[in-house]
Amino acid sequence: MVFMAVTGFAIARLRNLFGVVMLTGIFSLMSAVLYVVLDAVDVAFTEAAVGAGIATVLMLSTLALTSSEERVSEDGKPMWALGLVVVTGAVLIYGTLDMPPFGDAYAPIHHHVAPRYLERSGQEVGIPNVVTSILASYRGYDTLGEVYVIFTAACGVLLIIGQPKRGRRRTLRMLVGEMRHGMRQNVILRVVSKLLIPFILVFALYVQWHGDFGPGGGFQAGVIFASGFILYALIFDVDTSRMVVPSGVTRLLLALGVLLYAGVGVVGLLRGGNFLNYSVLAEEQTVGQHLGILLVEFGVGLTVAAAMITIFFTFARQEH
Amino acid sequence: MAAHYPALQVVLALLAAPVCLILRRPNAAWAVATVITWISLALALSLLGRVWETGVILYPMGDWAAPWGIEYQIDTVNAFMLVIVTLIGSVVMPFARASVEAEIEEERIYLFYCMYLLNLAGLLGIAITGDVFNLFVFLEISSLSSYVMISLGRDKRALTAAYRYLVMGTIGATFYLIGVGMMYMMTGTLNMADLATILPAVADSRTVMVALGFLTVGLGLKLALFPLHLWLPNAYAYAPSAVTVFLAATGTKVAVYAFIRIFFTVFGGVEIFTAGVIPEILAVLAALAMIGASAVAIYQTDVKRLLAYSSIAQIGYMVLGISMVTVTGLAGTIVHLFNHAIMKGGLFMAMGCILFKIGSVQLDQFEGLGKRMPVTMAAFVAGGFSLIGVPLTVGFVSKWYLVQAALEKGWWLAVAVILVSSLMAVIYIWRVVEVAYFRPPPKGSAEVSEAPLSMLVPLWILIGASYYFGIDATRTLDIAFAAAESLFGGPL
Repeated sequence: MVFMAVTGFAIARLRNLFGVVMLTGIFSLMSAVLYVVLDAVDVAFTEAAVGAGIATVLMLSTLALTSSEERVSEDGKPMWALGLVVVTGAVLIYGTLDMPPFGDAYAPIHHHVAPRYLERSGQEVGIPNVVTSILASYRGYDTLGEVYVIFTAACGVLLIIGQPKRGRRRTLRMLVGEMRHGMRQNVILRVVSKLLIPFILVFALYVQWHGDFGPGGGFQAGVIFASGFILYALIFDVDTSRMVVPSGVTRLLLALGVLLYAGVGVVGLLRGGNFLNYSVLAEEQTVGQHLGILLVEFGVGLTVAAAMITIFFTFARQEH
Repeated sequence: MAAHYPALQVVLALLAAPVCLILRRPNAAWAVATVITWISLALALSLLGRVWETGVILYPMGDWAAPWGIEYQIDTVNAFMLVIVTLIGSVVMPFARASVEAEIEEERIYLFYCMYLLNLAGLLGIAITGDVFNLFVFLEISSLSSYVMISLGRDKRALTAAYRYLVMGTIGATFYLIGVGMMYMMTGTLNMADLATILPAVADSRTVMVALGFLTVGLGLKLALFPLHLWLPNAYAYAPSAVTVFLAATGTKVAVYAFIRIFFTVFGGVEIFTAGVIPEILAVLAALAMIGASAVAIYQTDVKRLLAYSSIAQIGYMVLGISMVTVTGLAGTIVHLFNHAIMKGGLFMAMGCILFKIGSVQLDQFEGLGKRMPVTMAAFVAGGFSLIGVPLTVGFVSKWYLVQAALEKGWWLAVAVILVSSLMAVIYIWRVVEVAYFRPPPKGSAEVSEAPLSMLVPLWILIGASYYFGIDATRTLDIAFAAAESLFGGPL
């Protein structure tokens, strides 16, 4: 945590945005470690994949379009802002004073809804990973909402910079653009990434279909899957990798993923349950739950992977 | 099937958004969005009818009983909000067709309707849910889509406005989430009704107090409570017309609803709101908004911006009603949610018509508009009367009940503030009217050229409604009073 604080301070001080992006990646990685220490493996996995992995790549591709040096604004009101931040921080700390002590077995969160999840999800949902049964079934509607947030973000990127704009287009090839050029020449990188990409994709599939037994699920899998393609695009060529997944296909998958998730919900509704009731999908409750969770996780994976690929390529195309 | 209306209310729009993405045709996307909005309106009306007759409707998602699963809990307040959002959407959609075609490039239009549907689903999801975390998820959907829609304005400044809104909105959402996290830490639940029963026991802890503070500031940012309103004027002024109409009439209203829900339902059993400084603080901020924003509105030269500042003042009225913590005050706020939605929607539609024909809403472009666009300007004047609060308009109804509530409390100063702010509304509306009717049209301008009927009819529907519900306000008032009483009735 000390390292996190130091990194946070460095991020605020540093003027070189390239360095800032790297530091935020490090920050995410450290918080992932922290989550592992706190026994929240699923969260750690997501943080490592999303925060340290894909977010860094996306920020780098943004830097490729803009500049990597921050302009120091002259007319800011730093004292004002600093005061506000200090007050907010103080209030937060004040609020934590009455928090139940760390690791307290008698804290309210362990005694209200959690016991039922732990004790009965085995019979009611029937899969070993309780986190997955909460995310995909008990609170499946929230997860549907989260997938829609990602869907919205991808559509937003398409809407704002996805279409060829009238008038002058920015044709800046800045730092990262040139660096990529260097990377493409490097034999070691080319060979290693060629070797790695199949494994990345296989690992993504493992995470996707194994999410009900171990940590993982559609979110992480989608991000890992997308990162395989993005790696290829970074090392080799944007256009070639675009040929493997044309924009029409990613757009279709983007929509199909959320439709699959919501569709499973509607099927539950048609078969006599409420929206997102998976129990009615099969004769036996746990079989139905299992099937439902697999399907919605697949929907999540599809949309997340398609969204990441869409966002990355939309940024990458701006360069040309 | 009727049992599933609560789910369908939100899910239909959610399903339609990816369909628009697949269709990729502007007209098809528009048709899908329109039909879905109209069906949603029908669902909302039927839900309101059912709540009115049989009381609260519960709908557990996935058949997992609350508090383990997520549950929709629909009472009069929720149902009324659903009707407001879908009603405005239903009137905006026919209007949007021509307006969007004129303001957004053709190849982006299908994505625009996809965004609109997501925004609609997000707002409905906030209004209908009985779970504080679920509310956050849908808040994110609606916020993200509104940032995107605002950035599509023709003016380059729309991008900066959207970015500013994004930063402020994200801070608001994060604050809300911190508040929710702290409440969860102290209670172990996310369900609103469940929270309301558990919170009083732990209400003395600092954590819960701080949670309330974060929730207040977070939602205050979203509803543009003075002095957290800075994102609003530019966002409304530079967004595409149809977006401004929809967001101005629904976006902040839903945030006001969330505010009411957190204060009166989730914290309903806690004394902090009835005895404490929070009502006083809210009342002072509301009064500052009403006077300050109206004063700024007087000096605007962009009429859309002028109306945006007037919105901040109107939000002040709503917060003033909340801060009284009486049934009459709260009913005044709830009825004003509806009334302001229809009249501001109408006024911004008039702006849309003018932008469509003239290409600008700068005040100096309004010269002679009374003759050149008589139908639109007549609607503007009629809507302006309502904004001022002339009798027979909805604006009068809301103000009447707010004044009455203030008198009940003996808040003479609040009555004075309402009157002064109304007088200021007379000034800023008059400025526009003067330019439009008493200055000759610039030389060489076209004679009479009106916006197409597809824009004028929705405009007059909203303006007409603001008189219809002003003359016969029993229906809206009954609902508002029933809603306010149910909010004071403690937990659901």
